[in-house]
Amino acid sequence: MTRHFVTANINGDDVEFTCRTEQTVLDVLRSELRMTGTKNGCSTGDCGACTVIFNGRAVNACLVLGVEMNGARIDTIEGMAKGEKLHPLQQKFLDHAALQCGICTPGILNMAKVLLENNPDPTESEVRFGLAGNLCRCTGYDKIVRAVLDAAAEMREN
Amino acid sequence: MADDRTKTNFRWVGKNTARPDGVDKVTGRARYGDDLLMAGMLHAEILRSPHAHANILSIDVSKAAALAGVKAVITSSDIPDHPLSKPPYPPVINDFHDISRNVMAREKVLYDGHAVAAVAATSAAIARQAVRLIAVEYEVLPHVLDPLDACGPDAPLLHDDQYTAGSDREHDAPSNLARTHAGQRGDLEKGFDQADIIIEREFSSQPVHQGYIEPLACIATSSEDGNVELWTSTQGHFIARGLIAGVLKMELSKLRVTASEIGGGFGGKTTIYGEPVAIRLSQLTGRPVRMVMTRPEVFRASGPASGTRTRIKMGVRKDGTITAAQANSWIQAGAFKGAPLVRATDSFFSAYTIANVQVTTYDVCVNRPKVAAYRAPGAPMAAFAVESVINELAVRLGMDGVDIRLKNAVSEGCESLLGVKYNGPIGLIEVLQKVKSHEHYSAALKPHQGRGIALGYWMHGGGLSSASVSVLDDGTISLATGSPDIGGSRSSMRVMAAEELGIDIDLINTVIADTASIAYSYQTAGSRTTYATGMAVINATRMVIDKLRAVAAKKWQVPVDEVSWEAGLARPVKSTADDIKPLNLKELAKMAPGMVGPIAGHSEINASGQGAAFSAQLVDVEIDPQTGFVAPIRYTAFQDVGRAISPDYVEGQMQGAAVQGIGWALNEEYIYNDKGQLQNAGFLDYRMPVASDVPMIDTVMIEVPNPNHPYGVRGVGEPPLISAPAAVANAVENAIGKTMSHLPLTPPKVLKAIEQV
Repeated sequence: MTRHFVTANINGDDVEFTCRTEQTVLDVLRSELRMTGTKNGCSTGDCGACTVIFNGRAVNACLVLGVEMNGARIDTIEGMAKGEKLHPLQQKFLDHAALQCGICTPGILNMAKVLLENNPDPTESEVRFGLAGNLCRCTGYDKIVRAVLDAAAEMREN
Repeated sequence: MADDRTKTNFRWVGKNTARPDGVDKVTGRARYGDDLLMAGMLHAEILRSPHAHANILSIDVSKAAALAGVKAVITSSDIPDHPLSKPPYPPVINDFHDISRNVMAREKVLYDGHAVAAVAATSAAIARQAVRLIAVEYEVLPHVLDPLDACGPDAPLLHDDQYTAGSDREHDAPSNLARTHAGQRGDLEKGFDQADIIIEREFSSQPVHQGYIEPLACIATSSEDGNVELWTSTQGHFIARGLIAGVLKMELSKLRVTASEIGGGFGGKTTIYGEPVAIRLSQLTGRPVRMVMTRPEVFRASGPASGTRTRIKMGVRKDGTITAAQANSWIQAGAFKGAPLVRATDSFFSAYTIANVQVTTYDVCVNRPKVAAYRAPGAPMAAFAVESVINELAVRLGMDGVDIRLKNAVSEGCESLLGVKYNGPIGLIEVLQKVKSHEHYSAALKPHQGRGIALGYWMHGGGLSSASVSVLDDGTISLATGSPDIGGSRSSMRVMAAEELGIDIDLINTVIADTASIAYSYQTAGSRTTYATGMAVINATRMVIDKLRAVAAKKWQVPVDEVSWEAGLARPVKSTADDIKPLNLKELAKMAPGMVGPIAGHSEINASGQGAAFSAQLVDVEIDPQTGFVAPIRYTAFQDVGRAISPDYVEGQMQGAAVQGIGWALNEEYIYNDKGQLQNAGFLDYRMPVASDVPMIDTVMIEVPNPNHPYGVRGVGEPPLISAPAAVANAVENAIGKTMSHLPLTPPKVLKAIEQV
């Protein structure tokens, strides 16, 4: 099977790898690069657990091919905290108990980060529709929505 | 054991504290079932039946085995067989005849998705290619999906060697009806004679999946010496060990199971699926084998909750007293017996003081995946029927929905239908009073809006739990339990240990120990972890405190009963010893090894007395009269939580369950075609609620401490799911003025009801 040579920037680091044509960004991250922070819930773009930031846009990593990473900038959950300092969204998710099992959390954090970059002062409804592609089965979304709104408020102040 | 139920000045209990596993879970560092990568790891893939019901005539694996990269191919002949169990059947958990056949089909396939063969290969892609090369010759048989149809005389028979137990039919023909269960009190006929209004209705509900976001995943590693290590996403690694060792006829000590972080379970990960297959493949290849289900496999082959058909009859006097109640419920077991009969029987009427009651439940095999627990097995469907009828009775009587429930509500001293006495205070009446006084209850509704109310009752268990607490040399603490943390239980365990020791919470580190490293524990299910494992943690911590007191006593050369432990300090009790400086944990930890040896405590218990818990939920919906679409617009969940150890996570249980209940009521169902093949095996077509489907879920926690737990803990995860589908359905009924008896209430169903004259 043919393997393609790909150079991408992941969380600020230039990374070189090879992948097969049919491998997705999710396959590359998890299997080739062993970055398992990006989670696989369905492989069909329906659950949002694998949401990563691809050239500034939130995408389902299971729906983008690995070869498309060539020359792209990919941000994953592993790069969200800066050293020992959590991103405000990460901290607010902990403060608000916005996770129970935590499997959907990396994807939701990435989606919320892009949401707030595009809309720093969202309404509750805008947060709900912004996260509508990310399934969470534990929380009923209440505390997630509150955490995102609280993080948005804090990020606006700073 | 000291009784802290009435204590209110806790340092940690009832406060929201940082959870020990939190940072790992927001940074992607936490390792779930599929996050362990091992050198030389093979990838397993399972071939599944495309038929709902068929005899397996032959399986030819030769082409698959010959494919480059394939290391092993197995069928049921590679898994030990187990003798048929006969009535009275053993508990489902010990029926290895059935469990082994659900792990891999032997004589026949019994549902679309039933495992038939498995491959281990050097890549997942090769494994997927290989399973397509396995040739299976089937003789397709007629199938049956509905539990009432399955009890009919001409129904296709799933198991021609299964006879109904628990009735006088044992000498009759084989049957899909595996067993019945009944509960009763009083004189039903007399009760209905006393009634002024009698309502009889039929209800149905469809199977719904637990919908955990992490698919089932495990990695098995076997050694030539017969030892096996398994890493798996499970709610109970000890339960998994028992089931797997039973299926594979292994010694328990040779199987070491580690629970990975778990990405949701809700009861669905309390059993086993691919684990024995992964282990056999590992044994045959001598390499680690990773087995991860795809999402369609999770839907097709892992247990959803039962679908049900229920006939119910209730009678009420004009003053609101319910005089008699009867229910018959046919509950889908899926392909193998084991529908949650006892829980269903108990759940129908145990929240009410009805003098004359009769309930019969039926465990019916149908050509669907074997059911598994979903938060409160058997109860939400029972509550849907009962609560709907009670709301209709209230409407007919012109009585308030809370008042009719208060009139019949159980309280201390009453008994559940199955005869468990409610010892000590239970909070149902407090919950109902809170509903009535809440602003939501009397808030105005607009056109096309409706309000629903329903109760949820669940009798919680207790069971086996263990905990181990070690004092480290520097005075910090290592706390281990055998209970997987599915939604924040590490936090609650740490809170209870810190409260006992009177020390800062950050000094305690928590771990979930594997099956070789701590004593047996049941699974994290039924809200038993904070209750039962929490009790073990308290016991173990108190053992540590006693040993620390002994160190101080030795140091001070006084009897140990003259040393007290308060706020993290050993103190001399006698006033004559006033000049002795109290010793803190750090000082005692440092001197202990030289004086008495390392300090540790442990506890292994069989906890009982968790008792009954009650919720009530209020929900407002808005109906689009053009489409029949139902939008929940306001939701308040009320519950007696006993004592909230970690209030945020108690609320989280209530909120998550409420939204699962919204899905159960409005959207979720298994849809089969006429061949018995599942048509919506994915999150696109099996549509669970998303963030934009639901409002904020307001919570009202009422604390009536449970007298059987040192801190008053009650179970919290089950009652809010039990009441939710009924509350939503009743809100729809209230909005459109029609009765709705068949879940889910999809737009076409609601529109049809609206348009019916």
